[in-house]
Amino acid sequence: MLDIQAIRSHFPILTQTVNGKPLVYFDNAATSQKPQVVIDAISKYYSEINANIHRGVHTLSQLATDAYEVSRHTIQRHINAKHAHEVLFTSGTTHGINLVANGFTQFVKAGDAVMVSAMEHHSNIVPWQMLCERTGASLRVIPMNEKGELVLEEFEKLLDENVKIVSVNHISNALGTINPVKFIIDKAHAVGAAVFIDGAQASPHLSIDVQALDADFYAFSGHKMCGPTGTGILYGKEAWLNKLPPYQGGGEMIKEVTFEKTTYADLPHKFEAGTPHIAGGIVLGTAVDYLNSIGLDNIAAYEHELLEYGTQKLSEIEGIQLVGTAKEKASVLSFNLAGIHPYDVGTIVDKMGIAVRTGHHCAQPVMNAFCIPGTIRASFAFYNTKQEIDALIAAVKKAQMMLG
Amino acid sequence: MSIKEIQDEIIDEFSMFDDWEERYQYVIDLGKTLPLIEEQYKTDDNIIKGCQSRVWLHAEEKDGAVAFTADSDAILTKGLIAIMIRVFSGQKPEAILNADTDFVDEIGLKEHLSPTRANGLVSMIKQIKMYALAFNAKN
Repeated sequence: MLDIQAIRSHFPILTQTVNGKPLVYFDNAATSQKPQVVIDAISKYYSEINANIHRGVHTLSQLATDAYEVSRHTIQRHINAKHAHEVLFTSGTTHGINLVANGFTQFVKAGDAVMVSAMEHHSNIVPWQMLCERTGASLRVIPMNEKGELVLEEFEKLLDENVKIVSVNHISNALGTINPVKFIIDKAHAVGAAVFIDGAQASPHLSIDVQALDADFYAFSGHKMCGPTGTGILYGKEAWLNKLPPYQGGGEMIKEVTFEKTTYADLPHKFEAGTPHIAGGIVLGTAVDYLNSIGLDNIAAYEHELLEYGTQKLSEIEGIQLVGTAKEKASVLSFNLAGIHPYDVGTIVDKMGIAVRTGHHCAQPVMNAFCIPGTIRASFAFYNTKQEIDALIAAVKKAQMMLG
Repeated sequence: MSIKEIQDEIIDEFSMFDDWEERYQYVIDLGKTLPLIEEQYKTDDNIIKGCQSRVWLHAEEKDGAVAFTADSDAILTKGLIAIMIRVFSGQKPEAILNADTDFVDEIGLKEHLSPTRANGLVSMIKQIKMYALAFNAKN
């Protein structure tokens, strides 16, 4: 059992009031709040060891470099990567997707296909569309059913040897669906396709083992898992990362530069041009340590309890339409009230101190599939409580009364 | 009535309310009473960009004044539109161009005027002024 009150005391922002009401933060799928250890670690970095990494021989540079590489190892263990150099620091999931989609330009040609699913975030659609535009490849889309689950029979039908890469999310940001990524990876590998997993929503909620999944690439963002914004990780299998061309040129990513020719640095530096977000990279390790001190299995179990409680309470409201009712689901409740625009509901519940997201959640194709302009999305984290869900339910009922 | 007089009248009406709930309920009720835009004007060309909800705005000139009609699929937005139409519809283009919208602050709805707010009120005011500018130039 998690001591939620103790956990809440780790997050200074949770004691705030918004519009005169205690803050209820249910926009965790957009970004998580930060515990004091993370906030302190940022301050400590700049107060005590700030220096550029991998360059200087002076002590501070060495300390900063060591801390950065310790963080890389922490994350390597956290996702069970085989090598630390398979763990690349990025600015976030979007950066990771673009890095790989860009690199795949040389492995994809006209007549080939790239596959995504019907429930992707725009950032896992657009870079692949751009790849298709550059190469003349076609984009294939795995459909979903009315519950918001991928239709696996259709996926298997769409899969053939023309498909060079499949990119799907582990958990849908708009619907909360947990996708059967292991199945998708195995099937795709059977036809020789690589698989990229967008783990932005999964990394705060599930323990991830990239070797057990056999994922070729796995990307996630630091800010959704208690870490700083502007940080992220791209895991790639060593063989793939060696094959992929560098994404950006600059300092740090080279072995030798002359005006005739440049040779590139070894992994991971080949993909880490320029001075990175050093503080962010180091503190992402702190955030991972923090999550592990609570335990991702404990987090997943508690969040599931919140999901079940919230689903039940919300379902009792007359005229509620839950969007995304997959059997395997993370702690995301996307919903609408019959005859009421989600924007109106979001505005009223905000006046009552509750932070939810309204709109299309950067997943317009998902909204189009359900023929709705958007949803109200409440996404829970391990520091949320059932009392807060009660406050949401009361606010939604009030919004319904005022707007209906 | 001049734009300023109408704005003062609205400020007066809102001053009766004690809290956000009453203010918002009034905006919602205004939204429900907004006369509908004619269906033929609910075209994609008349949609104002930058809103989470869809907003249509149509303008025409009648006897030197600009008549606005509008609609939205979100009721709060519709209420805000109703207020703007009450202020600006039937006014001369020049008066519309010279008017400010500080009264929104005084009626406790300032947060809706933030440019980052996705309700499109700012875009709508901009569009109202664009119409006024166009009619003014034409004359």
